[in-house]
Amino acid sequence: MSAEDMQRASWRMAHEIVERNHGLDDVVLIGLQTGGIPLAARLAEALEQIEGIQVPVGCLDVAFYRDDIGLRPVLPEAVTDIPGELDGHTVVLVDDVLFTGRTIRAALDALADYGRARAVQLAVMVDRGHRELPIRPDFVGKNLPTRRDEVVDVTDDGVDLGEMVK
Amino acid sequence: MSRPGAGTRRNLLSISDLGPDVAGGIDEVMTLTDSFVEVSERQIPKVPALRGRTVVSLFFEDSTRTRLSFETAAKRLSADTMNFSVGTSSVKKGESLRDTIETIEAMGVDAIVVRHASSGVPKQVAQWADAAVINAGDGWHEHPTQALLDCYTIRQHAGGVAGKRIAIVGDVKHSRVARSNVAAFTALRAEVTLVAPPTLLPPSLDGWPVKVSHDLESVLATTDVCYLLRMQRERMTEALIPSLREYTALYGLTARRADLLPDGALVMHPGPMNRGVEIAAEVAERPNAVIVDQVRNGVAVRMAVLFLLLGSGTEFGGDGNG
Repeated sequence: MSAEDMQRASWRMAHEIVERNHGLDDVVLIGLQTGGIPLAARLAEALEQIEGIQVPVGCLDVAFYRDDIGLRPVLPEAVTDIPGELDGHTVVLVDDVLFTGRTIRAALDALADYGRARAVQLAVMVDRGHRELPIRPDFVGKNLPTRRDEVVDVTDDGVDLGEMVK
Repeated sequence: MSRPGAGTRRNLLSISDLGPDVAGGIDEVMTLTDSFVEVSERQIPKVPALRGRTVVSLFFEDSTRTRLSFETAAKRLSADTMNFSVGTSSVKKGESLRDTIETIEAMGVDAIVVRHASSGVPKQVAQWADAAVINAGDGWHEHPTQALLDCYTIRQHAGGVAGKRIAIVGDVKHSRVARSNVAAFTALRAEVTLVAPPTLLPPSLDGWPVKVSHDLESVLATTDVCYLLRMQRERMTEALIPSLREYTALYGLTARRADLLPDGALVMHPGPMNRGVEIAAEVAERPNAVIVDQVRNGVAVRMAVLFLLLGSGTEFGGDGNG
């Protein structure tokens, strides 16, 4: 997936977000540390061009909510920044790659501690399958069938598929 | 306890336990503390990070803020807490420290927070216990979490500790706070000056990269942080100073002396304060006195320490070890 493909995909996802929510009233974008942050910014830019509205953008680090604390090293990457109250808002969680779904599970728990969102939706650039929890995305850039041991790398230059480096 | 990752036994007994690179270890705690400050400001200031872990406070000496601070920190991490205070325990019946530790360990605890009037007790406890041991103050030795919260408070108000001119004023000799703070401040490359009468300084300052002064007023104009130690009234029987009033006359931070500090200089105190002795009541109320912030930051710093020891699966000041 090239940089242009990613741009087109995020443009389409932005349209889908507007369509699904009948506009952008009370919509908040929250990018997951660290991969979701650039995509959240990209979507916010597209939404502004489409609707002329600046939606609030936040970032969320789910380290303290992970279910593998004690199983592997876990430290937050950055301080969480949630813009304002979430009560009554529609939160669009944004991440680069959706894989097992465990990060999203942790993110849902974290969001609940910031208030009661009216709805939570999920936007991801790549859905690579292999879910371990009943979680599905609302907005997808690309469905990318993978093997479990492959690595999906999303950067500004595009999406790459590589072998796991052991 | 038996979980993978919790097997790496790590303790915080002194500032030197923060790793071979002490400054790096302190920075790591500071960065993590930023995240816990954010947690503390939330509608629900609690994360599930240490669910199922048990933290016991073992306090052989009186304390309000440190005990409550650790307890709050553990609860905000969703750990279970147990309290052991000597007054209501079998220690009164003559139980030895070792038996007490074995009893507590048998109940399955992940961390033991120890305060004791004798230096070295936390280290001894760490040798007996499998749980992580955190020193919450031992005798005249160390009080590492106090030093970490002081570093965090200075960083928060003054942008950093490096290069700051810090005067530590008062009873340095009997102060575990001073020992930990000298270690932490100098590791972060602050310029530390100890200000005290000769009788209240340790017999030897070999290996302490600090300056010494017996004249508070001459030091204040070139001080960025004035750190006042508590005058330990219980030690006045040792006749190290003529009287508390005499001490205040020479070393108390009165309003007049506080005016000598440069603009923006911070006034700090580990608490509990003796207003009117080491610090004038009015000075403690000034906006540059950040004593309440020290207490507030204490909870977030202790969350960071507990999380690093029990949850992160990483070594102090090192890389993740899986």
